Amino acid sequence: MVDFWASYAWPTAKIVLYIIAIVVPLLLAIAYLTYAERKVIAAMQMRKGPNVVGPFGLLQPIADGLKLLLKETIIPAGANRVVFVLAPMITFILALVAWAVIPFGPGVVLADINVGILYLFAISSLGVYGIIMAGWASNSRYAFLGALRSAAQMVSYEVSIGFVIITVLLCVGSLNLSDIVLAQQNIWFAIPLLPMFVVFFISGLAETNRAPFDLPEAEAELVSGYNVEYSSMAFALFFLGEYANMILMSAMTSILFLGGWLPPVDVAPLNWIPGPVWFALKIAACLFVFLWVRATFPRYRYDQLMRLGWKVFLPLSLAWVIITAGVLVAMDWLPDTIAG
Amino acid sequence: MAYLDRSVRSFLLSELLSGMWLTFRYMFRPKVTLNYPYEKSPISPRFRGEHALRRYPNGEERCIACKLCEAVCPALAITIEAEPRADGSRRTTRYDIDMTKCIYCGFCQEACPVDAIVEGPNFEFATETREELLYDKQKLLANGDRWEAAIAENLALDAPYR
Repeated sequence: MVDFWASYAWPTAKIVLYIIAIVVPLLLAIAYLTYAERKVIAAMQMRKGPNVVGPFGLLQPIADGLKLLLKETIIPAGANRVVFVLAPMITFILALVAWAVIPFGPGVVLADINVGILYLFAISSLGVYGIIMAGWASNSRYAFLGALRSAAQMVSYEVSIGFVIITVLLCVGSLNLSDIVLAQQNIWFAIPLLPMFVVFFISGLAETNRAPFDLPEAEAELVSGYNVEYSSMAFALFFLGEYANMILMSAMTSILFLGGWLPPVDVAPLNWIPGPVWFALKIAACLFVFLWVRATFPRYRYDQLMRLGWKVFLPLSLAWVIITAGVLVAMDWLPDTIAG
Repeated sequence: MAYLDRSVRSFLLSELLSGMWLTFRYMFRPKVTLNYPYEKSPISPRFRGEHALRRYPNGEERCIACKLCEAVCPALAITIEAEPRADGSRRTTRYDIDMTKCIYCGFCQEACPVDAIVEGPNFEFATETREELLYDKQKLLANGDRWEAAIAENLALDAPYR
């Protein structure tokens, strides 16, 4: 019995506690990201945004969540029930499981696996399945068109994201996310790899189906895209999944290019602030740009989106992989793990 | 050369960045939002809101049942029935306005020879049931009593332009 406790039950309980410690703040962050989005976009349009529910409207996300919970879940008669119900769950779960490998500080990570970045890449690629399943199972033209667009878009931009990740890996020599952060102690990769940083961020916008690449849910022509037929909690899961993906993409941007939990410069007042706080600040800054972009740009046309992905970003990132590799070899800057 | 210029611009994202700079500056501008239920925008004296039937200062109702408003109403929202009253004057026994039909064109108040039916400044008369929007004479006279001050002021302000 003691053995069972020490070797099985206690580690499991500990992991569950860790998971709760990650997921609960994450869900809160998602809720308040919706609030922040409404406030930021309102400010940029010279409006006030939500300001009635609670002080400064701070209880608005909670009111919205309760409203969605209390609504009726409608399953269309023509829908494939199992897939229809499964799709939002997959989207939401995939948005959460990716956080297992994200390092919040030195050693503060649930699973410090050596292929962390590959895991993240795989999980974010799987995200498209939730959307395709939703579009197909809804048995509705709009939902299906939205899903098709989403699938094509996510696949296209993943290619360039892959190349961007390879350039970073060349400079680090490790797939472990903590190592990637530690490799940026002298200089954040956003500076030497600036073009890749921009390509990664824009591809991130497309990957999370955010404006100006929000074609899968283009209100104007597709009503709401893949989630037209969804209501209540099923819709809420899609909604939360989209925002969780935004936060995840911002976290990936901070880890790959903005030095993760590291302070901007390692000097006295700045390095007193704990790592997770720096990490959260960087994520918040990236998220602000997500919202800022949404408030600024009109939606891309579909062929423009594909052109940008395949004819601009793909050659650009491919060329940059070769340039980076060439410079690293020529200057003998290769990290020891590769050269050794 | 123009091609080169365009390519460099698009690769440096200069136009996108200037757009973002614009929205960023707008973020700090004063808000134009009106906190609606707490503050309201000013309305013109000619504003055509909820209808009201007015009275003379001595309490006598103005309406003389000429039925011009009923005749002119393009939505056929007004129904009037009239009979001579005990003192011999001609008055309405029934004056109904179906507010769900009314298009707030203001023809009724233009047609009225005695300024009895007017559209007041009130626009907050939403109801929870449809029946509540079928106004009868009593309701309209009550509106007139309630809004008389505002209506009289608006009529006075608008008079020079008529």
